[in-house]
Amino acid sequence: MASRPYGKGLRALSITTVAAMTAALALVFFYAPLEAEQGFLQKIFYVHVPLAIVSLCGFVLGGLLAIQHLRTRDSRWDMRSYVAIHMALIFGLATLITGSIWAKGSWGHWWVWNEPTLVSFLIVFLLYATYQPLRFAIEDPERQSRYASVFAVTAGAFVPLNFIAVRMSTSFLHPRTLSSTSNLPGSMGFTFLVSVVAIALLYATLCKYELTVKHTRAQVRALRRRLVAEDSPARGRSAAPSGLPEEEPRPAPGPDGLAPGGQRFGSAPGTAA
Amino acid sequence: MIATGLLAELPALPLHTAGKYVAAAYIVLFAMVLVYLAIISVRMSRTERELGELLERLDGDQPATPRQADREPGAER
Repeated sequence: MASRPYGKGLRALSITTVAAMTAALALVFFYAPLEAEQGFLQKIFYVHVPLAIVSLCGFVLGGLLAIQHLRTRDSRWDMRSYVAIHMALIFGLATLITGSIWAKGSWGHWWVWNEPTLVSFLIVFLLYATYQPLRFAIEDPERQSRYASVFAVTAGAFVPLNFIAVRMSTSFLHPRTLSSTSNLPGSMGFTFLVSVVAIALLYATLCKYELTVKHTRAQVRALRRRLVAEDSPARGRSAAPSGLPEEEPRPAPGPDGLAPGGQRFGSAPGTAA
Repeated sequence: MIATGLLAELPALPLHTAGKYVAAAYIVLFAMVLVYLAIISVRMSRTERELGELLERLDGDQPATPRQADREPGAER
Protein backbone atom coordinates (compact mmCIF):
# COMPACT_ATOMS: atom_id res chain seq x y z
CA MET A 1 0.00 0.00 0.00
CA ALA A 2 1.45 3.36 -1.00
CA SER A 3 1.59 5.79 1.89
CA ARG A 4 0.64 9.42 1.65
CA PRO A 5 3.72 11.55 0.90
CA TYR A 6 4.58 14.07 3.60
CA GLY A 7 6.56 16.22 1.18
CA LYS A 8 3.49 17.35 -0.73
CA GLY A 9 3.20 21.14 -0.66
CA LEU A 10 6.57 21.53 1.06
CA ARG A 11 7.96 23.87 -1.59
CA ALA A 12 4.95 26.23 -1.41
CA LEU A 13 5.05 26.19 2.38
CA SER A 14 8.79 26.94 2.41
CA ILE A 15 8.38 29.88 0.02
CA THR A 16 5.48 31.26 2.08
CA THR A 17 7.55 30.95 5.25
CA VAL A 18 10.53 32.78 3.75
CA ALA A 19 8.20 35.54 2.50
CA ALA A 20 6.48 35.83 5.90
CA MET A 21 9.80 35.91 7.78
CA THR A 22 11.13 38.61 5.44
CA ALA A 23 7.94 40.66 5.85
CA ALA A 24 8.08 40.24 9.64
CA LEU A 25 11.72 41.38 9.79
CA ALA A 26 11.01 44.36 7.56
CA LEU A 27 8.05 45.38 9.74
CA VAL A 28 10.00 44.88 12.97
CA PHE A 29 12.96 47.00 11.95
CA PHE A 30 11.48 49.57 9.56
CA TYR A 31 7.79 49.94 10.43
CA ALA A 32 7.12 49.31 14.12
CA PRO A 33 7.88 52.39 16.23
CA LEU A 34 10.42 52.36 19.02
CA GLU A 35 8.90 51.66 22.40
CA ALA A 36 9.03 54.57 24.85
CA GLU A 37 10.64 52.77 27.81
CA GLN A 38 12.91 50.13 26.33
CA GLY A 39 13.63 51.71 22.98
CA PHE A 40 15.36 49.52 20.41
CA LEU A 41 15.77 46.65 22.89
CA GLN A 42 12.02 46.02 22.71
CA LYS A 43 12.51 44.62 19.16
CA ILE A 44 13.42 41.32 20.85
CA PHE A 45 9.75 41.13 21.86
CA TYR A 46 8.81 40.38 18.21
CA VAL A 47 10.91 37.22 18.16
CA HIS A 48 10.81 36.11 21.80
CA VAL A 49 7.05 36.19 22.43
CA PRO A 50 6.02 34.54 19.12
CA LEU A 51 8.59 31.80 19.78
CA ALA A 52 7.11 31.22 23.24
CA ILE A 53 3.52 31.17 21.93
CA VAL A 54 4.33 28.79 19.07
CA SER A 55 6.37 26.57 21.35
CA LEU A 56 3.56 26.24 23.91
CA CYS A 57 1.00 25.66 21.14
CA GLY A 58 3.33 22.99 19.73
CA PHE A 59 3.35 21.17 23.07
CA VAL A 60 -0.46 21.25 23.18
CA LEU A 61 -0.61 20.12 19.54
CA GLY A 62 1.65 17.19 20.42
CA GLY A 63 -0.85 16.20 23.11
CA LEU A 64 -3.81 16.43 20.72
CA LEU A 65 -2.00 14.30 18.14
CA ALA A 66 -1.15 11.82 20.89
CA ILE A 67 -4.87 11.56 21.76
CA GLN A 68 -5.49 10.70 18.13
CA HIS A 69 -2.77 8.05 18.35
CA LEU A 70 -4.28 6.50 21.47
CA ARG A 71 -7.71 6.48 19.82
CA THR A 72 -6.68 4.97 16.49
CA ARG A 73 -3.43 3.09 17.36
CA ASP A 74 -2.11 4.41 14.06
CA SER A 75 1.63 5.04 14.43
CA ARG A 76 1.48 7.95 11.98
CA TRP A 77 -0.17 10.02 14.74
CA ASP A 78 2.62 9.02 17.11
CA MET A 79 5.15 10.21 14.56
CA ARG A 80 3.31 13.54 14.18
CA SER A 81 3.05 13.96 17.94
CA TYR A 82 6.77 13.18 18.31
CA VAL A 83 7.75 15.72 15.65
CA ALA A 84 5.41 18.40 17.06
CA ILE A 85 6.95 18.03 20.53
CA HIS A 86 10.50 17.75 19.21
CA MET A 87 10.13 20.97 17.24
CA ALA A 88 8.33 22.75 20.11
CA LEU A 89 11.28 21.82 22.32
CA ILE A 90 13.71 23.45 19.87
CA PHE A 91 11.51 26.56 19.74
CA GLY A 92 11.34 26.47 23.54
CA LEU A 93 15.13 26.49 23.72
CA ALA A 94 15.19 29.49 21.36
CA THR A 95 12.60 31.19 23.61
CA LEU A 96 14.75 30.68 26.70
CA ILE A 97 17.88 31.98 24.97
CA THR A 98 16.21 35.05 23.45
CA GLY A 99 14.44 35.69 26.77
CA SER A 100 17.74 35.57 28.62
CA ILE A 101 19.29 38.02 26.17
CA TRP A 102 16.32 40.36 26.62
CA ALA A 103 16.50 40.03 30.40
CA LYS A 104 20.21 40.86 30.37
CA GLY A 105 19.63 43.94 28.23
CA SER A 106 16.56 45.07 30.13
CA TRP A 107 17.09 44.03 33.75
CA GLY A 108 20.85 43.49 33.79
CA HIS A 109 20.53 39.78 34.67
CA TRP A 110 20.48 36.72 32.44
CA TRP A 111 17.84 35.06 34.58
CA VAL A 112 15.40 36.23 37.26
CA TRP A 113 14.15 33.47 39.55
CA ASN A 114 11.29 35.44 41.14
CA GLU A 115 9.52 36.00 37.84
CA PRO A 116 6.74 33.38 37.45
CA THR A 117 6.54 33.55 33.65
CA LEU A 118 10.20 32.70 33.20
CA VAL A 119 10.27 29.96 35.81
CA SER A 120 7.02 28.37 34.65
CA PHE A 121 8.27 28.28 31.06
CA LEU A 122 11.48 26.67 32.27
CA ILE A 123 9.43 24.04 34.16
CA VAL A 124 7.40 23.25 31.02
CA PHE A 125 10.61 23.07 28.99
CA LEU A 126 12.29 20.73 31.48
CA LEU A 127 9.16 18.59 31.64
CA TYR A 128 9.25 18.10 27.89
CA ALA A 129 13.02 17.61 27.95
CA THR A 130 12.26 14.24 29.57
CA TYR A 131 10.11 13.15 26.61
CA GLN A 132 12.96 11.89 24.45
CA PRO A 133 14.79 10.04 27.28
CA LEU A 134 11.43 8.44 28.19
CA ARG A 135 11.01 7.16 24.65
CA PHE A 136 14.62 6.00 24.48
CA ALA A 137 14.25 4.08 27.75
CA ILE A 138 11.54 1.84 26.30
CA GLU A 139 12.76 -0.67 23.76
CA ASP A 140 9.48 -2.17 22.59
CA PRO A 141 8.17 0.23 19.88
CA GLU A 142 4.52 -0.45 20.71
CA ARG A 143 4.94 0.31 24.41
CA GLN A 144 7.23 3.22 23.59
CA SER A 145 4.61 4.93 21.43
CA ARG A 146 1.78 4.22 23.90
CA TYR A 147 3.66 5.52 26.96
CA ALA A 148 4.93 8.52 25.02
CA SER A 149 1.38 9.37 23.96
CA VAL A 150 0.14 9.18 27.54
CA PHE A 151 2.99 11.47 28.58
CA ALA A 152 2.22 13.90 25.72
CA VAL A 153 -1.48 14.07 26.67
CA THR A 154 -0.78 14.63 30.38
CA ALA A 155 1.95 17.19 29.82
CA GLY A 156 -0.09 18.86 27.07
CA ALA A 157 -2.93 19.39 29.55
CA PHE A 158 -0.43 20.84 32.02
CA VAL A 159 0.65 23.58 29.57
CA PRO A 160 -2.60 25.65 29.50
CA LEU A 161 -3.12 25.09 33.24
CA ASN A 162 0.36 26.42 33.85
CA PHE A 163 -0.32 29.39 31.57
CA ILE A 164 -3.54 30.25 33.42
CA ALA A 165 -1.85 29.88 36.81
CA VAL A 166 0.87 32.30 35.81
CA ARG A 167 -1.72 34.76 34.49
CA MET A 168 -3.50 34.62 37.83
CA SER A 169 -0.31 35.32 39.73
CA THR A 170 0.24 38.84 40.98
CA SER A 171 3.53 39.72 39.36
CA PHE A 172 3.49 42.65 36.98
CA LEU A 173 7.18 42.57 36.24
CA HIS A 174 6.89 40.55 33.03
CA PRO A 175 5.19 42.38 30.14
CA ARG A 176 1.73 41.05 29.24
CA THR A 177 0.96 40.81 25.55
CA LEU A 178 -2.19 38.78 24.94
CA SER A 179 -4.73 40.30 27.24
CA SER A 180 -7.75 42.55 26.90
CA THR A 181 -5.78 45.31 28.61
CA SER A 182 -2.99 45.16 26.10
CA ASN A 183 -1.86 48.66 25.21
CA LEU A 184 0.07 47.86 22.05
CA PRO A 185 -0.40 50.56 19.42
CA GLY A 186 -1.85 49.46 16.07
CA SER A 187 1.46 49.34 14.18
CA MET A 188 3.13 47.36 16.96
CA GLY A 189 0.17 45.00 17.22
CA PHE A 190 0.16 44.40 13.46
CA THR A 191 3.92 43.74 13.45
CA PHE A 192 3.50 41.37 16.37
CA LEU A 193 0.72 39.44 14.58
CA VAL A 194 2.81 39.12 11.40
CA SER A 195 5.72 37.87 13.53
CA VAL A 196 3.50 35.26 15.19
CA VAL A 197 2.27 34.07 11.78
CA ALA A 198 5.86 33.95 10.44
CA ILE A 199 7.13 31.93 13.40
CA ALA A 200 4.10 29.61 13.22
CA LEU A 201 4.80 29.05 9.52
CA LEU A 202 8.44 28.35 10.34
CA TYR A 203 7.31 25.77 12.89
CA ALA A 204 4.95 24.13 10.39
CA THR A 205 7.61 24.07 7.67
CA LEU A 206 10.27 22.54 9.89
CA CYS A 207 7.78 19.96 11.16
CA LYS A 208 6.92 19.05 7.60
CA TYR A 209 10.62 18.76 6.69
CA GLU A 210 11.21 16.50 9.68
CA LEU A 211 8.20 14.34 8.85
CA THR A 212 9.27 14.06 5.22
CA VAL A 213 12.82 13.04 6.14
CA LYS A 214 11.66 10.52 8.74
CA HIS A 215 9.07 9.04 6.42
CA THR A 216 11.55 8.78 3.54
CA ARG A 217 14.12 7.08 5.79
CA ALA A 218 11.48 4.65 7.02
CA GLN A 219 10.53 3.85 3.43
CA VAL A 220 14.17 3.25 2.45
CA ARG A 221 14.61 1.04 5.51
CA ALA A 222 11.50 -0.95 4.59
CA LEU A 223 12.78 -1.28 1.03
CA ARG A 224 16.13 -2.53 2.28
CA ARG A 225 14.39 -5.11 4.46
CA ARG A 226 12.42 -6.37 1.50
CA LEU A 227 15.37 -6.49 -0.88
CA VAL A 228 18.29 -7.57 1.28
CA ALA A 229 16.63 -8.90 4.39
CA GLU A 230 19.41 -11.37 5.22
CA ASP A 231 22.23 -8.79 5.60
CA SER A 232 20.13 -5.89 6.80
CA PRO A 233 20.95 -4.93 10.39
CA ALA A 234 18.03 -4.75 12.81
CA ARG A 235 16.88 -1.25 13.78
CA GLY A 236 18.68 -0.24 16.95
CA ARG A 237 17.04 1.36 19.95
CA SER A 238 15.75 4.79 19.06
CA ALA A 239 13.63 7.51 20.61
CA ALA A 240 12.04 8.27 17.25
CA PRO A 241 8.99 6.34 16.04
CA SER A 242 9.67 3.75 13.34
CA GLY A 243 7.54 5.56 10.79
CA LEU A 244 5.75 3.21 8.43
CA PRO A 245 2.44 2.11 9.91
CA GLU A 246 1.31 -0.05 7.04
CA GLU A 247 4.32 -2.30 7.27
CA GLU A 248 3.37 -5.66 8.72
CA PRO A 249 5.74 -7.31 11.16
CA ARG A 250 7.80 -9.99 9.47
CA PRO A 251 8.09 -13.39 11.14
CA ALA A 252 11.50 -14.48 12.31
CA PRO A 253 13.35 -16.79 9.89
CA GLY A 254 13.82 -20.39 10.82
CA PRO A 255 17.21 -22.10 11.07
CA ASP A 256 17.12 -22.86 7.34
CA GLY A 257 16.58 -19.21 6.53
CA LEU A 258 12.98 -19.83 5.50
CA ALA A 259 9.90 -18.09 6.74
CA PRO A 260 7.29 -20.28 8.54
CA GLY A 261 5.39 -20.67 5.26
CA GLY A 262 8.46 -22.12 3.56
CA GLN A 263 9.01 -18.88 1.70
CA ARG A 264 12.54 -17.53 1.53
CA PHE A 265 13.01 -14.10 3.04
CA GLY A 266 13.22 -11.32 0.51
CA SER A 267 11.49 -13.38 -2.16
CA ALA A 268 8.06 -12.80 -3.55
CA PRO A 269 5.25 -15.22 -2.64
CA GLY A 270 5.32 -18.31 -4.80
CA THR A 271 9.03 -18.04 -5.54
CA ALA A 272 10.32 -20.04 -2.55
CA ALA A 273 13.05 -22.49 -3.36
CA MET B 1 21.56 50.48 -7.46
CA ILE B 2 17.87 50.23 -6.54
CA ALA B 3 18.69 48.34 -3.36
CA THR B 4 21.29 50.94 -2.38
CA GLY B 5 18.79 53.72 -2.99
CA LEU B 6 16.15 51.93 -0.96
CA LEU B 7 18.55 51.35 1.93
CA ALA B 8 19.51 55.02 1.89
CA GLU B 9 15.85 55.97 2.20
CA LEU B 10 15.19 53.65 5.16
CA PRO B 11 15.39 55.08 8.68
CA ALA B 12 18.64 54.54 10.51
CA LEU B 13 18.51 51.95 13.28
CA PRO B 14 19.87 52.94 16.69
CA LEU B 15 22.29 50.06 16.84
CA HIS B 16 24.69 51.80 19.20
CA THR B 17 22.53 51.35 22.34
CA ALA B 18 20.84 47.95 22.55
CA GLY B 19 21.92 46.78 19.12
CA LYS B 20 24.13 43.95 20.33
CA TYR B 21 21.33 42.35 22.36
CA VAL B 22 18.79 42.62 19.55
CA ALA B 23 21.31 41.31 17.03
CA ALA B 24 22.19 38.41 19.35
CA ALA B 25 18.52 37.43 19.79
CA TYR B 26 17.83 37.37 16.05
CA ILE B 27 21.14 35.66 15.26
CA VAL B 28 20.28 32.91 17.77
CA LEU B 29 17.02 32.19 15.96
CA PHE B 30 18.57 32.14 12.50
CA ALA B 31 21.59 30.13 13.66
CA MET B 32 19.27 27.51 15.15
CA VAL B 33 17.25 27.30 11.94
CA LEU B 34 20.44 27.02 9.88
CA VAL B 35 21.87 24.28 12.12
CA TYR B 36 18.58 22.42 11.93
CA LEU B 37 18.48 22.67 8.14
CA ALA B 38 22.10 21.46 7.97
CA ILE B 39 21.19 18.42 10.07
CA ILE B 40 18.19 17.73 7.86
CA SER B 41 20.29 17.99 4.70
CA VAL B 42 22.89 15.58 6.13
CA ARG B 43 20.10 13.10 6.92
CA MET B 44 18.64 13.51 3.45
CA SER B 45 22.00 12.91 1.77
CA ARG B 46 22.48 9.78 3.90
CA THR B 47 19.07 8.53 2.83
CA GLU B 48 19.88 9.32 -0.79
CA ARG B 49 23.14 7.33 -0.51
CA GLU B 50 21.30 4.37 1.03
CA LEU B 51 18.75 4.48 -1.75
CA GLY B 52 21.56 4.56 -4.34
CA GLU B 53 23.16 1.49 -2.71
CA LEU B 54 19.84 -0.34 -2.83
CA LEU B 55 19.34 0.54 -6.48
CA GLU B 56 22.88 -0.66 -7.30
CA ARG B 57 22.22 -3.86 -5.42
CA LEU B 58 18.92 -4.33 -7.22
CA ASP B 59 20.63 -3.82 -10.58
CA GLY B 60 23.34 -6.36 -9.64
CA ASP B 61 20.87 -9.03 -8.44
CA GLN B 62 18.46 -8.62 -11.34
CA PRO B 63 18.60 -11.63 -13.68
CA ALA B 64 18.99 -10.62 -17.31
CA THR B 65 15.60 -10.48 -19.01
CA PRO B 66 15.31 -11.77 -22.59
CA ARG B 67 15.14 -8.19 -23.86
CA GLN B 68 18.35 -7.30 -21.98
CA ALA B 69 20.05 -10.53 -23.12
CA ASP B 70 19.24 -9.63 -26.70
CA ARG B 71 21.11 -6.39 -26.27
CA GLU B 72 24.26 -8.07 -24.95
CA PRO B 73 27.24 -8.27 -27.35
CA GLY B 74 27.33 -11.57 -29.18
CA ALA B 75 23.65 -12.25 -28.68
CA GLU B 76 22.58 -10.06 -31.55
CA ARG B 77 23.26 -12.51 -34.34
